Amino acid sequence: MQLLKKIKLTLTTFAIILIFTVNANSVEECFERTSRAIFKFNMAVDDIVLEPLAKGYNKLPSPIKEGTSNFTSNIGTLLSIPNNVFQGNFKQLGHSVGSFAINSTVGIFGFLNPAEKIGLKPTKEDVGQTLGSYGIGPGCYFVLPILGPATARDAVGLLADTFVDPFAHVTIREKEIFNSSGNALDYYTVKGTTAVDFRADNDKNFQSLEKNSIDLYSSLKSIYLQDRENKINNSIEDKDEWGNLDN
Amino acid sequence: MRKVVYFFSLFFLFQSSLLAYSSNPKDFINELVNDAINKLSNKNLNKEQKKIFIEEIAEENVDINALGLYTLGEIRKSSTKDDISNYQISFKKYFLKSLTSRLTDYSSSKFEVVGEDKKSANYTIINSTIIPEDGLEIKIDWRVYTKNPEKPLIRDLIVEGLSLARTQKEEFSSILSSNNNDIKVLINKLEEFSNN
Repeated sequence: MQLLKKIKLTLTTFAIILIFTVNANSVEECFERTSRAIFKFNMAVDDIVLEPLAKGYNKLPSPIKEGTSNFTSNIGTLLSIPNNVFQGNFKQLGHSVGSFAINSTVGIFGFLNPAEKIGLKPTKEDVGQTLGSYGIGPGCYFVLPILGPATARDAVGLLADTFVDPFAHVTIREKEIFNSSGNALDYYTVKGTTAVDFRADNDKNFQSLEKNSIDLYSSLKSIYLQDRENKINNSIEDKDEWGNLDN
Repeated sequence: MRKVVYFFSLFFLFQSSLLAYSSNPKDFINELVNDAINKLSNKNLNKEQKKIFIEEIAEENVDINALGLYTLGEIRKSSTKDDISNYQISFKKYFLKSLTSRLTDYSSSKFEVVGEDKKSANYTIINSTIIPEDGLEIKIDWRVYTKNPEKPLIRDLIVEGLSLARTQKEEFSSILSSNNNDIKVLINKLEEFSNN
């Protein structure tokens, strides 16, 4: 009964957001003023929490950093597996399954990445990308508290990820696999560590962007949208908007 | 005497950077970037010397005027000649300051051109990779303008799929749209940035 309720709620949310998606132009703002306020809040959280953590993380010995990064990345591969199936991308499915299997065993629970050495390079796929690959546009843009930039499509994807991701099933929903399961804390610890790892990797880039942007909000919006576009297309699209400059 | 020798060595150092690079887009990028890496990772040069080098190399090899027009977007068609001209002056200052700020702290990297894609008579995309001393491999594509085959010019850098020109254009577009498309507001913001 409760599952039915959850499904109904998800479908209703999905329907509302899809209406949003169809009606909104690709990069229009949903509610810019609110998003800018949330962005300021997120930047404050970054200054107080994420940046110091990232700087501390960067001081760790390189094998620990690399091992942590490999571990979170290996768990992240689990979300790519169902999404590769939904996208019918079976070559990438092979890379994801193979990489997860090898790294979780030979790679000691994912702390090492021997899969890469034999040519397995799984790309990260999520539900937002799957919806994009079905031709669903991004919808309008907004900023989520803590989670950062999103579009209507990607926000739906973010929610759906927790239903599709096998790791979320064994942690948040405590489903047992091989007689063991985790809890919500495990899930959020891994997600939090992934965020710190990403922030630490890009520390210099963030500093440079912050220093050289006239409107940091818009710069990050542009970077986010370009990145999502590339990930959905699994390639770098050359739009050649320069053509009309020479006419 | 020492100062004279120092001055001349610096003079020749910077002069060498102004020697024309190859006109073949692939060789042009390869020579230019390797030259830049050598100079910027040279510990004998101070920040001011590196700044002068970056400005000279950018003015000579980047199509700053075209980049300025591109980042201005459609508003360039409805703006007056005076406004465009003022914008171009402010944009150049902004661009050079932003570039030097990004590059003067640069450390040594390994650079390699891995391919090229001739899009048209006017454009060739050069694919390259750069491996910083302290990081993972970064893919960089260079949009080279080849309308004058003798003098290729860089118009855009696409770092891991993210176009710097497009990011800049969208940033400016946001400033313009929240200020009634008033180009003067954008010019003021660029000036503010350059003067800080």
